[in-house]
Amino acid sequence: MTIFNLFRKQRSAPTARERLQVLLAHERSSSGSDLVSLLREEILAVIAKHVQVDSDKVQVKMDRDEDVTILEIDVEIPLGAVSQAA
Amino acid sequence: MGKVIVVTSGKGGVGKTTSTAALGAALAQRNERVVVVDFDVGLRNLDLVMGAERRVVYDLINVIQGEAKLSQALIRDKRLETLFLLPASQTRDKDNLTPEGVERVITELKRVFDWVICDSPAGIESGATLAMRHADMAVVVTNPEVSSVRDSDRIIGLLDSKTMKAERGERMEKHLLLTRYDANRAERGDMLKVEDVLEILSIPLLGIIPESMDVLRASNIGSPVTLADARSAPAMAYFDAARRLAGEVLPITIPGEKRGIFGKIFARRAA
Repeated sequence: MTIFNLFRKQRSAPTARERLQVLLAHERSSSGSDLVSLLREEILAVIAKHVQVDSDKVQVKMDRDEDVTILEIDVEIPLGAVSQAA
Repeated sequence: MGKVIVVTSGKGGVGKTTSTAALGAALAQRNERVVVVDFDVGLRNLDLVMGAERRVVYDLINVIQGEAKLSQALIRDKRLETLFLLPASQTRDKDNLTPEGVERVITELKRVFDWVICDSPAGIESGATLAMRHADMAVVVTNPEVSSVRDSDRIIGLLDSKTMKAERGERMEKHLLLTRYDANRAERGDMLKVEDVLEILSIPLLGIIPESMDVLRASNIGSPVTLADARSAPAMAYFDAARRLAGEVLPITIPGEKRGIFGKIFARRAA
């Protein structure tokens, strides 16, 4: 710790990095492609044939990596809905 | 058959034209036949950066509209025999850039040149999507700054969906060119680091170009930085990037990271 550090402003790069990570995760999954919303609708339709689910309980996310794109599907089924269907 | 490269970024002012000129001149110095193509119709600048602004007679739009032959529009560089420029039109509208016309010109250029380097306009509209349309490879130019990184992410999405390669179900090769990098500021935590940008964008690194006065000096005199001052730090970084484009495997160095004792004292003070 030198005397200069006392007057130094806080490091801003970690904030930039964090803001970008949050923003891009959102932008990639929502505005990113029509494919995601299309998949979401069709997946919802298939599930709805057998189980009653809320449309906002189906999350479809697309994430990009250097080599692969991962499609993440998260469906929340209400308690009891599965046993009723079975 | 030559390789088609698009130099793109989404955001303006990050160094697409500078990088197109520098990479083109670097590849031409390896005796490969190179053409740099300006796609920024209405706001052309590659001619100026290349120092050929007074030699433009015909342009890309003239060729597309059949008003001139490709050989009439191509301008040979005065310093490098194997380097050519195909300028954009300054007076016409970008709507004159038709998909069929662009395809015809690129196909013809690929037959003659080893490298066809397309300098994309900023934005995500037709000019930018047409510039990337026939690319085999993309160079995504990014500054270590939030808005540039965000726009690059958007452009990567377009490269993966709107290009011929993507539509054929093939994988578009994308490379990150990080420009205006200041290793000292990154070290102090005031600028995104190379690793940060790489982690966020998840594409392989082509090179790191340091922030440098030499870049402005080169454009002032109308010379690609790899020709104006081949020993300068940005020029050396562009030479390395060009070698990587040509398929060589080189270790990535971060320019300006090694600092002497004076540099350290000075950096402290500046902080």
